[in-house]
Amino acid sequence: MIQADNLTKVYQMGESEVRALDGASFTIDKGEMIAIMGPSGSGKSTLMSIIGCLDAPTSGSYILDGVAVENMDETKLAETRGLKIGFVFQQFNLLARTSALENVMLPLTYAGYSGKERHDRAMKALDRVGLSQRTHHAPSELSGGQQQRVAIARALVNEPAIILADEPTGALDSKTGVEIMELFQSLHKDHGQTVILVTHDAYVARHTNRIIKLSDGHIVSDEVNHNPIKAGTPRVEE
Amino acid sequence: MLFSENFKIAIRALRANKMRSVLTMLGIVIGVATVVALLSIGKGATASITSSIQSNGSNLLTVSPGKQQSGPAGAGGVQQASYLYYSDYQLLQRSLTNNVAAIVPSYQSSYLVNYGDESFTVSVKGVTEDYQETNSYDVALGRFISDGDNKSESLVAVLGSQTAEDLFGGLNPVGKTISVKGVKFEVVGVLASKGSSGFISADDAVFIPLDAGYSKLFGSTATYNDKKIVNSISVSVVTTEAMDTVSAQIEFLIRRAHKLTSSDELDFNVLSQSDLLSTLTTVTQTLTVFLGAIAGISLLVGGIGIMNIMLVSVTERTKEIGLRKAVGATKNQILTQFLIETMTLSVLGGIIGILFGIGMAALVTLSGALTAVITADSILLAFTFSLAIGVFFGLYPAYRAANLHPMVALRYE
Repeated sequence: MIQADNLTKVYQMGESEVRALDGASFTIDKGEMIAIMGPSGSGKSTLMSIIGCLDAPTSGSYILDGVAVENMDETKLAETRGLKIGFVFQQFNLLARTSALENVMLPLTYAGYSGKERHDRAMKALDRVGLSQRTHHAPSELSGGQQQRVAIARALVNEPAIILADEPTGALDSKTGVEIMELFQSLHKDHGQTVILVTHDAYVARHTNRIIKLSDGHIVSDEVNHNPIKAGTPRVEE
Repeated sequence: MLFSENFKIAIRALRANKMRSVLTMLGIVIGVATVVALLSIGKGATASITSSIQSNGSNLLTVSPGKQQSGPAGAGGVQQASYLYYSDYQLLQRSLTNNVAAIVPSYQSSYLVNYGDESFTVSVKGVTEDYQETNSYDVALGRFISDGDNKSESLVAVLGSQTAEDLFGGLNPVGKTISVKGVKFEVVGVLASKGSSGFISADDAVFIPLDAGYSKLFGSTATYNDKKIVNSISVSVVTTEAMDTVSAQIEFLIRRAHKLTSSDELDFNVLSQSDLLSTLTTVTQTLTVFLGAIAGISLLVGGIGIMNIMLVSVTERTKEIGLRKAVGATKNQILTQFLIETMTLSVLGGIIGILFGIGMAALVTLSGALTAVITADSILLAFTFSLAIGVFFGLYPAYRAANLHPMVALRYE
């Protein structure tokens, strides 16, 4: 699904160069659930924006779902992320004063789907996250957990190659956070959805089957997690 | 992505900040309304001037005193007063025999005119019997001044329709006696209305025999160096083709009578109705363009206001733009979205402004000052202008939005 080879990203900050990502190589297979971990400044945000086609790497190669992404222009990148990536953000990033249904339809609008198909697919996605009863509510009328579910439905609606979730439980209380993790696990288990979680929280990361740790722009470890936590079971502190 | 989608997004965004949207639009509304109203009023003024001049008959030459306006006014230093004399009229009457239907001298001055308790200050015109014909008046009641009235210096008067209405209300004035500066005149006729010509009403006047005026009413103000003076001499020419010839003859005759050498400037003007028409039309057109330009500047200011607000809006909605880009919006789609939003503002403002402008023009017409003429092209012009402002002032904010880096935009707080 993803083949990344020697990815680097260099930012020019005035006089000095910052190597936010310094030669990261890894592959992610279809149907994996994986966490990318690291403290702030480790380069995980940069890596996420490259995986998510929000930004092109300075050098290195990146193949997403069989397509080489590293040399794409801005328009091509936009189209690719619209079709292949489903984003979930910490702050949900729903459009205000816009119903849940319309929020979910947004990626389909940009992908050029017609009115009826857009509506049907958005309803199906909302159904999958358990919100088929609240389709006409605006974000301000929904709880944090419900808003994040709308955001996940929005990420699912294009049937993307990967769901890329950036601290998806960071703005939620622990109980709601667990519900969201349960949802991710069920998407992965029951539908074979590839899920990449970007987090600094080791507990959240341990819900996945594989953990990549980043530090100073390098991958410092890439290990299979043989006993992922099943969301909803009591939390055990180590 | 369809236009209707973008339009829906635009309406939602504008409704989210209703007060701000209304205030932003106000600049365009005022600008467009002013443009539409001014163009309509200008057109109306031109139309009414044209029709009033044409109603005077198109083969009329008017001789009036004063230097010809060549070069900037007042550039010649002290302007000496110049006069046309009754003797000039007599000279023309004697000498112009071909191509001329009638020659009418007139002297006019404003006086207080009484009938009973009613009194009005009215322009009193001393004329001859041909005045009615050359100036295209119809008689509504009684008769006009006759040749005999002039010869016998009779104290008779003919009233314009407005003056008759003012002094007599609904009564028939014929046979009644009015008093002008204490001199009694018997009303022998009332003229039919020619309608208002915008600034001067042709119906608000009292006509008396010119000779009676010289001897009984005008007094010493109507003489200069013991010669009777006239305000103008109208020459009605038989055919349009002969106008130039007659005009040249008049110039030659009066130049000689006034003892002007060939190097002297003329101290009188010979104007045809078409000269007058073109002069006045030029003036009103210049005025209309000038006022329109001022209104155009207010439109420009409105456009800058829109741009300013749109820049604020782009900054405020940075996160939204980031999200839209994350779910697949291309640069062009973001550009289009914001451009349509700006154009919605300016075109909506333009439409409201056009309605206001039509309303203002209608009010002017209702007030009776003149009939404003609302034309499709002035509305089209205002609409196009507001659309152009939307595009022009919308491009920069939209460009800024489209070029936001998605990652930076998503992290914007």
